Amino acid sequence: MTDTVQLENEILASIEASGDDAALEAVRVAALGKSGSVTALLKTLGTLAPEERKTQGPLINGLKDRVNAALAGRREAFKGAALQARLNSESIDVTLPVREAPAEIGRVHPITQVIDELTAIFADMGFAVAEGPDIETDDYNFTKLNFPPDHPARLMHDTFFFNPKPDGSRLLLRTHTSPVQVRTMLTQKPPIRVIIPGRTYRCDSDQTHTPMFHQVEGLVIDKGSHLGHLKWILAEFCKAFFEVDKVGMRFRPSFFPFTEPSLEVDIQCRRDKGEIRFGEGDDWLEILGCGMVHPNVLRNCGLDPDEYQGFAWGMGIDRIAMLKYGMSDLRAFFEADVRWLSHYGFRPLDFPTLAGGLSS
Amino acid sequence: MMKFTLAWLKEHLDTDRPLAELADKLTMIGLEVERIEDKAKAFAPFTIVRVIEAKQHPNADRLRVCMVDTGSGDPVQVVCGAPNARTGMKSVFAPPGAFIPGKNITLGIGKIRDVESRGMLVSEFELQISNDHDGIIDLPDDAPVGQPYAKYAGLDDPMIEINLTPNRADATGVHGIARDLAAADMGKFRDQAIKQIKGEFPCPVKVTFDFGATPSLCPAFGLRLVRGVKNGPSPDWLQKRLTAIGLRPINALVDITNFMTYDRGRPLHVFDAAKVQGNLVVRRGRAGEKLLALDGKTYTLDDSICVIADDHGVESLAGIMGGEASGCSEATADVLIESALWDPINIAQTGRQLGINSDARYRFERGVDPAFMVPGLEMATRMVLDLCGGTPSEIAIAGHVEVPEGIIDFPQSELERLAGIDVPLAEMRRVLERLGFFVAGQGERVKVAVPSWRPDVAGKADIVEEVVRIVGVDRVPLTPFPRGADARKPVLTPIQQRTRKAKRALAARNLVEAVTWSFISKPQAELFGGGKPELALANPIAADLSDMRPSLIPGLVASAQKNADRGFPDAGLYEVGQIFRGDQPADQFTAAAGIRRALAKPSGIGRQWQKHDGEVDAFDAKADALSVLIAAGAPASALQIVPGGPAWFHPGRSGTIQIGPKNVLGHFGELHPSVLEALDAEGPLVGFEVILEYIPESKSKATRAKPVLDLSTFQPVERDFAFVVERNVKAADIVRAASNVDRKLIAGISVFDVYEGQGVESGKKSVAIAVTLQPRDKTMTDAEIDALAAKIVAEVGKRTGGVLRA
Repeated sequence: MTDTVQLENEILASIEASGDDAALEAVRVAALGKSGSVTALLKTLGTLAPEERKTQGPLINGLKDRVNAALAGRREAFKGAALQARLNSESIDVTLPVREAPAEIGRVHPITQVIDELTAIFADMGFAVAEGPDIETDDYNFTKLNFPPDHPARLMHDTFFFNPKPDGSRLLLRTHTSPVQVRTMLTQKPPIRVIIPGRTYRCDSDQTHTPMFHQVEGLVIDKGSHLGHLKWILAEFCKAFFEVDKVGMRFRPSFFPFTEPSLEVDIQCRRDKGEIRFGEGDDWLEILGCGMVHPNVLRNCGLDPDEYQGFAWGMGIDRIAMLKYGMSDLRAFFEADVRWLSHYGFRPLDFPTLAGGLSS
Repeated sequence: MMKFTLAWLKEHLDTDRPLAELADKLTMIGLEVERIEDKAKAFAPFTIVRVIEAKQHPNADRLRVCMVDTGSGDPVQVVCGAPNARTGMKSVFAPPGAFIPGKNITLGIGKIRDVESRGMLVSEFELQISNDHDGIIDLPDDAPVGQPYAKYAGLDDPMIEINLTPNRADATGVHGIARDLAAADMGKFRDQAIKQIKGEFPCPVKVTFDFGATPSLCPAFGLRLVRGVKNGPSPDWLQKRLTAIGLRPINALVDITNFMTYDRGRPLHVFDAAKVQGNLVVRRGRAGEKLLALDGKTYTLDDSICVIADDHGVESLAGIMGGEASGCSEATADVLIESALWDPINIAQTGRQLGINSDARYRFERGVDPAFMVPGLEMATRMVLDLCGGTPSEIAIAGHVEVPEGIIDFPQSELERLAGIDVPLAEMRRVLERLGFFVAGQGERVKVAVPSWRPDVAGKADIVEEVVRIVGVDRVPLTPFPRGADARKPVLTPIQQRTRKAKRALAARNLVEAVTWSFISKPQAELFGGGKPELALANPIAADLSDMRPSLIPGLVASAQKNADRGFPDAGLYEVGQIFRGDQPADQFTAAAGIRRALAKPSGIGRQWQKHDGEVDAFDAKADALSVLIAAGAPASALQIVPGGPAWFHPGRSGTIQIGPKNVLGHFGELHPSVLEALDAEGPLVGFEVILEYIPESKSKATRAKPVLDLSTFQPVERDFAFVVERNVKAADIVRAASNVDRKLIAGISVFDVYEGQGVESGKKSVAIAVTLQPRDKTMTDAEIDALAAKIVAEVGKRTGGVLRA
């Protein structure tokens, strides 16, 4: 009896003492192998008398089970230690930098963003987007818009011209997006509601003028739209675009050849250390020109001014971008300086929507 | 350009409204106030003083030490450098703390060469009231010591400057501005009748027109001689009027014409009759004729310019500026006063051609009141007689004064229709009549006669504008503009959709959007297939912005180089914008282009420790190009890649993207080294350009539902093959040959390795592909897979000469 206990103590001690899987396997073979000590004991069971077997059986089988359990436990411990050792050897420097996501580096130009903002605002009011060519005829850029031939107002536009054709006519770079109004009226039946964003050109260059710039115009033609609607649309636009609850607006009579009456629009603002806040303060800032489409323009586009009427407005996209987002120099828009573009540009996934906010 | 003072305005408008209210009203009725200059405020510190004693500065030859009596307290010591500083004179003193506009400084107490100076005696230049900086202001003996100088000099009358729109001829004179303000309830308009002056003798100088067969540039010309005048400085009140608006008083006769110009918007000219030889002829200039004008410059004339000539030759640029030779001086005894009408367009053209911006041009090009030609001459004569004396002749008139009789049939409902505003008939009538319109009829429909001074009013819409601007645009109520019951549909056209998707797709690939000029230099345009004569500007703003761009790439390359020069070599830029292949609308296309320079890889920009970097290559540009095309709606499976591209790309490292040979969508690759050299740019630089219009329009579908998803229940099988082929065999041909073996079973093929070098015969390469088989009906047996693999090997061998790598 003592033999069994002693044997168990010896085997368990050997298991405990084994230093690796090989040593442990040797202990297992010595105990449970074909000629192992525990195996030998098990073999003796068959030779014992039934009475004795009844008492010895559980003892020896218990011994075998405990040895097996101890072996498994020891093996588990070795595995754990090995894993620990591997993990200990596998550490990395997680402070090393990773590449920024491409969509975090790329930018769309502020002009693109503002055009998308304008599209979102006016699409909601039922406006489509119209476009036209940059190279225009004198007729569409001026004559049909009620600039009489040789009128000084044409000269005020500082037009870029191409060389005269053999027939004496000469093309030009459009000085405003208004020729697209003409193209729209000539090809679409009223009711018309469009905005017209695009590149425009004037032969002028200083801190606030570049030979190329961007304008957006709006045009509404139907049988009942009047100045009151125009004022409402522009008020809605200013609130939505500048993202303020209210904005004071001032409509001043002015002059454009293609509208009558003509108005210029100022918005209320406060200038504070180079920053402009809208919807507060008591300064006025001019942002756009507008008016009822001149009867001569309607006639020139094949519409009877006693039957059809409507209004138009126009403003500088670059200018309203500067006002909203705080750029100070127009020329920087076209210099493609990556520092400027990264700073003032917009992430590609920041798509302006009315639901999610134009700029947030 | 249109300037006046408050006191001047009040000569024509009886009002007690404060300046701020008048100014605000001016702006709100369409006469935008650009600037108000209230010198009384800025000049408050400057007072009249007497120089008690001026003695030589002990340490400086050119300086004097003056003791100054300011009218209060002890005399003040001032060091003065002016040559005219002298004992007993009256001048103007600026105490410490005063801001000196001409020097842009605020005075302090200082020591000048060791002598203390407690202020300054100032010149007109230092106060910015004239260019006179020869000495300090020298006032008459009766100037009251201690009084503010601005009040004494009449500089306390606020000056108002209006940014006048080109349509308002009538508001080029104070009189017309007062009429507008009176109509807007700002006071009572003072409109005194102008008295006719009886001529004592016929005008001895005759005027004739000689335009030959060409159109007349002068509808009418009035002339009167005043004999025996005494010219000299004009009276104080007149000088102050002119000085206040920045004009320099010359002599009474000239000052009268300037006064009439600003007071009535009626420019006149005065000739010294003694210097006029014979009679006057109004005609076109002759090529080669020259005139020394009153501004001291000599102008060369031609037959587009209208002139007034005598037997000598040209004496005056009609309606723009007089000539020096026949101008009036203090010696003038007999004066010819001219009041004429000129062709506005011709005046504008001539002014522009000669570069003259005169007050006369400003008015004549807007169109002066024809009915005022003779009254203006009478009024000027009255002033000449009053200020200079003399005996007037009768008025000689050449041509005819034609006053257009504009009558507009105006239904009151137009106000509601066009402006959305309800103005009672009585109010409408009052406004129009105060503006000088004559309103006939009592009903809803009236006849409105347009006054002679409003050539800008021609139709119903103009009448609406007149009423609306005077009653106030604020009265037009905001009226909601419903979008209607139409279904909400996308408002963007296909090309607009493509443009916005292309921009965001490229930005999402770490490129930054540039907006570059639509025009580039001619050599650059030529390098990129452009430079056609019809796309060259006749008047470019700069030599390097002369031709419409045929491609976005040159602008982007130049921009990338500029960034590199600034110390940012790894630029990845794109632009989506117009390019021009001709001057017709159909020749304008929307291109999307991008370039990557140096280490601006799609995976990240600049060096990085993970070493997945390196320089940009043609495949980066290819990936950009395909990505933007697919984002913009191109069918990915239909896009073919063909080696080579246009001349501005590296011939061996560029490709063309097409859908069949007839629809080339764009190109990508390394820029040609000699093109980079010509653009003054350094590589490595890769780029692409695609034309968004060339993407085929996708067919519109009846439903938005996507096709049913067809998933196989059987596992896919992947088999790898490495083929050794000649070096010039294209990977795409190997892939195509393999995929053609069984289009149903083969679900995909990827190229996972390309190798040249040891183990592969020289001149050849190994291309490894992985073929994915997707069984549909049953699991494939090994034998079936092997049979298919054998077919692939055979087909690739047949099409490309490739053999399985041992």
